[in-house]
Amino acid sequence: MASGVKPRVKVPKTAAAGETITIKTLISHKMESGQRKDDDGNIIPRSIINRFTADFNGQNVIDVTLEPAISTNPFFEFEAVVPESGEFTFTWYDDDGDVYDTSKKITVS
Amino acid sequence: MKLTPWMTTAALGLAGAAFAQDSNTLTIEGTTLITETNAPAHMEYVDTIYSGWRFRSQETQALEMDDFDNPAMIFVDQGIDLFEAVDGSAGKACASCHQDVEDFAGLRTQLPRVEDGQLVAMEDLVNECRTERMGAEPWKWSGGEMTAVTARIGLLSRGLPTSVAIDGDAAPFWERGKELYYTRVGQLDMACSNCHEDNYGVMIRADHLSQGQINGFPTYRLKNAKLNSIHGRFKGCMKNIRATPFAEGGDEFKALELYLASRGQGLSVETPSVRN
Repeated sequence: MASGVKPRVKVPKTAAAGETITIKTLISHKMESGQRKDDDGNIIPRSIINRFTADFNGQNVIDVTLEPAISTNPFFEFEAVVPESGEFTFTWYDDDGDVYDTSKKITVS
Repeated sequence: MKLTPWMTTAALGLAGAAFAQDSNTLTIEGTTLITETNAPAHMEYVDTIYSGWRFRSQETQALEMDDFDNPAMIFVDQGIDLFEAVDGSAGKACASCHQDVEDFAGLRTQLPRVEDGQLVAMEDLVNECRTERMGAEPWKWSGGEMTAVTARIGLLSRGLPTSVAIDGDAAPFWERGKELYYTRVGQLDMACSNCHEDNYGVMIRADHLSQGQINGFPTYRLKNAKLNSIHGRFKGCMKNIRATPFAEGGDEFKALELYLASRGQGLSVETPSVRN
């Protein structure tokens, strides 16, 4: 497992019906591109987050493919109109097979 | 953010209105920080002191205004983990003795300070604990672990005004720092004051010169995407003027750190700040 990986998410706790909210996500990850060499000239193997998804109440709302050119600690910010109270689940997929997830509840009034 | 043009640039005469510090207000998580105040009495040539935040672009400023957007917070998280991590032959972590990390609130504002006749910076305090009480190897002065932990501890003082002691025991160190500040060195034959006192607010090539305040350290710099220590920044400045830098953690830089901290008396601690 890649070390020091920690997902962070910022979702407002409450929103008005029909309101556009901003969601920010960040995962600390070194995003090793696979292009670099170490001091001995050997290629450092690629180790990146290759996919990011966000689901709301079980329904997928965003699905992103990440490529090696994306820099360390990938940050995603997107907007959403939330129809009802529920839970966002955010999932990151690592090259080494690890899956990191975190979820946040939101109340719509 | 208020965006009214800043009008009182005449204080220096050199700074054109287009280049001077802005008048934006720094509010982080609901707390308004002091980024501008009257210069302390010992500063003969400057009337008003400004945080470096006031010299940055709006985009860079915005990064510091939201803790989620602030890239330094990743390193603060690492600092929280390191504070809890057991290391060394004594089998202790920082948290073994310092059970409540909140006890360090206000520490950043007082450092560096004199203890037993020696001027000590926060890095000295951390390494003293590591070597004498934890039985661990000292961390490198500007290494990733050190800056993460000093940022973690410094964050607890965020919003509190800088207030270092410069009299009594500290006076000789302060005088030394002042002398260094005004001494021209290097192939370009420049002193700190040539840029940060005589010419703050103007452009040096593509960079906007600030007053060189150290109230936001360790600071996340966009140029190297990591936390930078105060002494690491001094080193960078000295290389820019083609001087041979003093050693990080050496007497010269610590004296300079004390003098610079005293030039920022009253400015809020911004640790960890975001600069370019």
